[in-house]
Order: sequence, then C-alpha cells, then structure tokens
Amino acid sequence: MSGSDDVDGMLAGVRDGTVTMADFRITPDTLRHQADVARAHENPQLAENFERAAELVDVPDDDVLALYELLRPRRATAAELEQAAAGLETRGAIRNAALVREAAAVYARRGLLRAS
Amino acid sequence: MSSEAVPGTRDDGEPPRLGRFRFMDAQRVNLDGFAVEDAGLGLVAFESPADPEPSLVVKDGRVVELDGRPHADFDIIDEFVARHGLDLVVAEEAMGTPDLALARMLVDPAVPRADVVRLVAGTTPAKLARVLALLRPAELTIAMTKMRARRTPSNQAHVTNRSDDPLLLAADAATAAAFGFREVETTVPVLGDAPSNAVAVSVGAAVGSPGVLVQCSVEEATELALGMRGLVSYAETVSLYGTEQIFVDGDDTPWSKAFLTSAYASRGVKMRVTSGGGAEALMGGADGRSMFYLEARCVALARAIGAQGVQNGGIDSAAVAGAVPRGVRSLMAENLMVMARGLEACTGNDALMSESDVRRTARTMPIFLAGSDYICSGFGSIQRYDNMFGPSQWNAEDIDDFLVMQRDWGVDAGLRTARHDDVARLRQRAVEAVQAVYRYLGLADLDDTWAEQAIDAAGSKDVPAADLMAPLTASRMIRESGLTMVDVIGALDACGFAEEAHRLLRMLRARVAGDYLQTAAIFDESFAVLSLVTDPNDYAGPGTGYVPGPQRQAELDAVRQQRSVGDLRAEQALGASDRLRVRRPAVPGADPKDVVIGVSPAVGRAIWTTLSGLAVVDALDELLAGLEEEGCVGRIVRVNDTVDLGLVGLTAARLAGSGIGIGLQGKGTALIHRRDLPPLANLELYSVAPSVTRALYRLLGANAARHAKGATPEPVRNPYSDEAIEARYHTKVVALVAIERECGNPTPPEELVLV
Repeated sequence: MSGSDDVDGMLAGVRDGTVTMADFRITPDTLRHQADVARAHENPQLAENFERAAELVDVPDDDVLALYELLRPRRATAAELEQAAAGLETRGAIRNAALVREAAAVYARRGLLRAS
Repeated sequence: MSSEAVPGTRDDGEPPRLGRFRFMDAQRVNLDGFAVEDAGLGLVAFESPADPEPSLVVKDGRVVELDGRPHADFDIIDEFVARHGLDLVVAEEAMGTPDLALARMLVDPAVPRADVVRLVAGTTPAKLARVLALLRPAELTIAMTKMRARRTPSNQAHVTNRSDDPLLLAADAATAAAFGFREVETTVPVLGDAPSNAVAVSVGAAVGSPGVLVQCSVEEATELALGMRGLVSYAETVSLYGTEQIFVDGDDTPWSKAFLTSAYASRGVKMRVTSGGGAEALMGGADGRSMFYLEARCVALARAIGAQGVQNGGIDSAAVAGAVPRGVRSLMAENLMVMARGLEACTGNDALMSESDVRRTARTMPIFLAGSDYICSGFGSIQRYDNMFGPSQWNAEDIDDFLVMQRDWGVDAGLRTARHDDVARLRQRAVEAVQAVYRYLGLADLDDTWAEQAIDAAGSKDVPAADLMAPLTASRMIRESGLTMVDVIGALDACGFAEEAHRLLRMLRARVAGDYLQTAAIFDESFAVLSLVTDPNDYAGPGTGYVPGPQRQAELDAVRQQRSVGDLRAEQALGASDRLRVRRPAVPGADPKDVVIGVSPAVGRAIWTTLSGLAVVDALDELLAGLEEEGCVGRIVRVNDTVDLGLVGLTAARLAGSGIGIGLQGKGTALIHRRDLPPLANLELYSVAPSVTRALYRLLGANAARHAKGATPEPVRNPYSDEAIEARYHTKVVALVAIERECGNPTPPEELVLV
C-alpha cells in the first residue's frame, strides 16, 4: 500500500485538477493478481470473478450499466444477447462473453428472454 | 378481543381467563407473531417434506443431477450452482462424508478451518443444509468462533434519518465511527436523495475515523453508479433468493448478479450479496421448501457468482424465521453456512425481529459471543424512528447496553466506548465539513442554526431547522454535474479539512491496490487491510484465535459509567457539612428516656450522603425528631471500631440509658437494637437504604422511642420496588464500605453533636 507521501502528491494533483476518478481505476493486472490470491486461498469462484472484472476495467461505465440491464430478466432477445456477447469478445472480454452466452442459453430454456 | 366490562370475562361463554394469564398476555413478547409450522407456506425452519434428498451426479466433468433434480429440470439457481459453484474435485469425498462427520468437523477445534472449507466446497445446498441442521446452539457458537473468515471481529452501522438531513447524517456517521463501527450503511426515504446522503455520510465517517467503509443502499444500478463515482466505498444491496420465481420477481438472474459482482470488482469496489431465510415465504413463493434449504441455495449461489461475502440471517425477513420453531437457530446456522463456504459473513441482527428486549437480545447473544466478520449487518446507530431501513435489532437506544455487554463477557463485538467531549468535537467537525463542502461545490447553503441543531441532536426530531428540499436539490446537482469523490476531496482540502481529504483520498487509492476486494476485508485506523488473506481466523481451541490487544481491551472495558472509590469519595466530599462535630468521648447514660443513635466510622468524616441522596445530617435530624415526638432524647455516638451495623447499633444500645440504640451507616441503612440481644439480632431493620425516605427515618426514631418506653411500635413495611436496586447501588456499597473501613480506628466511641 502506498505511503502518505504519495497521497500528499495526489492531493496536490486534486488541487490543480490533474487528478480525476480515472486515476483511481484498478488495473486488469492488479485484478489478475487478486485472482491469484483468491485461488491461493481456495476460492476459485472469487478468482473467476476477478478475472471477469479484469476484462471489464476498460469498458466504460455506461456500457457496463447497459450490459447489466441487458442481463436482467426478459430484457433481451437471444439475438441481442448474442450481439452483446460478440461485442464483449471483440473487446477481449472472453469470459464475460461466455457468461452472456451461457445466460442466453439458460434464459431460452427458462423463458427469461424478451419475447422480441 | 372485544370490550371487557369485567376483567377476564369473555364473550364466548367460556370461563374467564385467569388474572395470571391476562397479566402474561400483556407482556411485550406477545406482540410478536408466532406461526404454527406450515411446510406448504414455507413456514418451517429446517426440514420440510418437500426439501430434496442431497444428491450429486457428475458425468464427463458436468453436473447432471443436483439434489434430486436432473439437468433438464434445473432452474436458474441449480444451473448456475451446478456450472460454477461446486468443487467437483472434492465433491465425491464431500458428498460421501456422513452428515454427522461433517457436522463434527465444523465444531472440532482440532480440524483446521481451511480443511472444512475445502470439503464444504464440494457439498450441494441440500447436503450442507442437513449437516448444519445437526448443530445445536452451543455447537453453532463454537463453530462460528472457528469458521469466520477474519480473525478480528467487526460491526456495521446504519446511519440514516427521516429528513435525509446531510448535516445530521454527517454528525451521526462521525459518531458511529467514534463508537467503533468499521462499515456504515445509509439509505434514503426519498430515492432522489441518494447522492447527497452518500456524500454526507462519507465525509462524516471520514471525520470520525480513518478507513471506515461507506455504502448507500438503493436499487442495484443506482448503487453501482454511486460506486463508480467514488461516492461510496462498498455495496451490499445485491439480493439473492432461493427460488427462481422470487429471484426473477426481484428483477435479476444469477447471471445478471454475477455480472454485477464483476462490475463492482472492475471498479475496485468491495461488495457482498444479501439473502436470508424467510424471504421467499414472506413473498409467498417458498414452493413448500424450508427456509434453511432455500437459504442454502442462496449461499451456494453467492459462492458460485464469485461474491466475497454474504449478509444473511433473516435480514428483512428475520421476523418470519423468528415466528416458527427453531427459526432463530436457523438464522445463526445461515450465517455459519456462509462461513463454511469460505465467505465473509455479515451476520444479520439487522431488522428488528421482536418487540421483546429479552427475545431480541437472546437472538443476538450466541453470535455476539462467537464473534463474526460483522456482528450486525446493520446496527441502528441512530434512534429507531430515524432508521430508514426500519428499526434495527440494536439501535442508538442500546449502544450503552451493547458496550456493557462487551465488558460483561470480555468480548469484542466491534464497538468501543467513546467519550462525550470527543464525540462533541467530531460532530461539530463533521457538520462544519459538510456545510463547507456543500457551499464550496454550490450544492446548498446549510445555515448555522441548522448546523447547531444537528451537532446537538439525538435525532432528526431535534433538527426542526432542516430544509427537506436541500438534499434533493444537492442530489440533482451531484447527478447532473457528474460530480465525483475527487471533487468532494478537493472541496474538503480547499476548506481546511486536510485530514479528511487525506482519509478519503486514501480510500480511493485503496481501489487501485484492490486488497480490500478480498474476503472479509475492512480497514483498520491506519488503513491496513484486515481480511481472510491478511488477518485469517486461526481459532483452534482455548488459547488461540482473536484476543483484543491492550489498547482495544481498554476501549472495551473503560465504559464511561464506571466509577472508582476515588470518584465516589470525591462525590461524597461535595456533600460535606460542618453541622456534625465531636463533643467528647461517649459515656453511658442513665436516663430511661436516653436513646443513642450509633453512627458508623465514616459519618462526619468522609460519607455525607446516603444512597437515597439524603444528607446524613438530615437523616439524623429526622431520627432525633422522631425520638423527641415520643418523649425520648436522642444522643449521637460515633462507633469507630466497627463497620458492622449490628455492632454499631448494639454499642449504641449499651450506651443508652433506655437500653435502646439506633444504628445508622453512612450509606443510610438503619436498625433498632436492644442491649441484651446478640449482635446480629435486632428489633427493626431498614435494609433498603436507597429507598429510605425522610419520613421513614422519622418513623424509625419514633419506633425506637416506643421500644424504649415499652409501647407498641408502628409496623413498618420496607419500601420494596421492582427496580434493580442491587444493580444500581451495589458498586457504590462496595466503595462506601471501603471508605468506612478506611475511617475505622480502635479509639472508643465518641459523642457527636448536630449543630
């Protein structure tokens, strides 16, 4: 963890407007490191969550919120979910794309897709 | 019940109810609802006939049957748990371990926590539900002591108010932090006020202590948006349910929740999910399953979606679980289930589950003793009426009780004592900080009258100056301007609140490192992360596990109400009087009207006020007046060589011409003695000193005179009451007796005069 000197430096940045929320983004590498830590502590599911998160770091806030909305019950058709999955895949968000595709299949079986 | 003209009469022709039952019916516990078990409605705690037999069939690395259900029939919960939630490597071993053997592993201190967690990862929901149903309450307590993730226990506070008053929120958040809460949860009566509340509570908590985590409980997407802007530092309102129907009614699926969980992590924001037995029954969708089995599905799902922790133990439905047999036990077993799956446990004791103080205390007690990651997932640090989640199991009304309970049991349940002057200083600073930030950012101009009321207030009713429009306007501006925590930090810094700016900046910095995303993470006051990773629970029987350090122990022990002998001596000195003076060594009297009032060694020296608050000299005035009314003459003699009231009275009687003596201790206990009785016998004893009034001392004087004259004394009934007289006064008695002993000396009795 960074010392307080570093925080003083950042405070100066806040003062002159050079520090923004963007400076407080966790990085994909840090999340992958946290995934390793979680695996070492016998929680592969938490690790998988951090791996998925690592893929989402660079996805803009609004897009993240929109994807969440899309995954809620009866919000999307199978095609829309497939489109979202493909979009995620293009960004390199392989795990998230897989999650969306898995959802699409289960939603179809359980009647949770939007009836176009 | 219909109108009752005559007590106990009934309009159904039945015999009248007994007074004893009418009296019992009127006790508060009978305001609670108690339900007959009804499996069809889900009103059953542990085992419903419809709960499935545990089963797990794996084919080619895929789960094809889970708890009696083939894959084709999997609902969304089965499906997600089957695909992601189970460790198939240990599944065969886990499912093959007898229920009782697993139950014993949970309790046995010789079996390491990690071994249990490893095996439990391979159990299905139905299997784990069966295992945990075998544990009795004391076993649940031991298992919780061992199985919780974090070594250091902690607690979470609710900070809300009816007005969304940002100044009061800030003052109360600072106060909650001062009392030791490491997480503070706020919410809104008016949804639009959420951003303002988040800012006010974040600033207030930062004033109170470094490293306090803050959340604002609102609808899922709104809460995430607040987190993205740094306005809160964790999230908890991510609800899971145990049936597909209720899950979907909650407008989510396991996949949307899994995505949400990752979304939080991708912004470096801690989150946990919420579930709790009884929720499905409350919503009429339990499918005939037991509360505990449905919760077992939720907990398995929590692990499967990759959440680091769960708040459960009933939560909003705690009273539903509490209404059925063994329901309260099941609430605790739910918490243990979370721990057994290796997750952070935020252990309920949240929504108030009983009107009875006895019952709600009993519900919390085993968890309080065992310790958990957060004893309460929402201790109402504000008054009941200000709690916008509804009253909590524990509230501002109970903070002193809770602190004293920690001290009684030598247990750290996450709170610490806070001094009046420190809280006053923090409340003022919190209010001034929010006032300054809102002005600086142009959110609102919150005036000084309002500020003064908020600093002093015990609740929002004490802040009539609050403007209800201010938080709404401020929130709209926060939303529309895209304001973030960085702007708040800048405002604090510009307005002279450098320390708080520093603390909130460090909280944002913590996102970058991500260490507080790990299981059961909190920050200590130096921003060190305490979690499963950095502070793992190492309980393995007596002499192991968490023990408070010396400083923490002092915070637990030194409640502000404690008094030393020195404190009481100083308090007594305030009542000193110069009316009582030594006249001469005491000599025996010969007059048959001579009654001697013997007083204890500290009277006239160090003890001036009785336990009833009456001055000792006033008590003596009354005794003398009572004697005089009946034609006797009183003399006051101080007996120096004993603190025993019987001996004081007997010594007085032996000096009296009448043979009758009164004994009076400084603390006010009094008796009438006669010279020929053994020391421990006496004629009348007024033992309840705190209740002896002036009139009673006068009556005692008069009765002593009647004894002297051989007349019949007036019967006196000791003034008993239902007060816990011993709890109120016994510590004082110990100190006053110690002072009496210090004043004792071998010199003979001396006669005093009251001038």
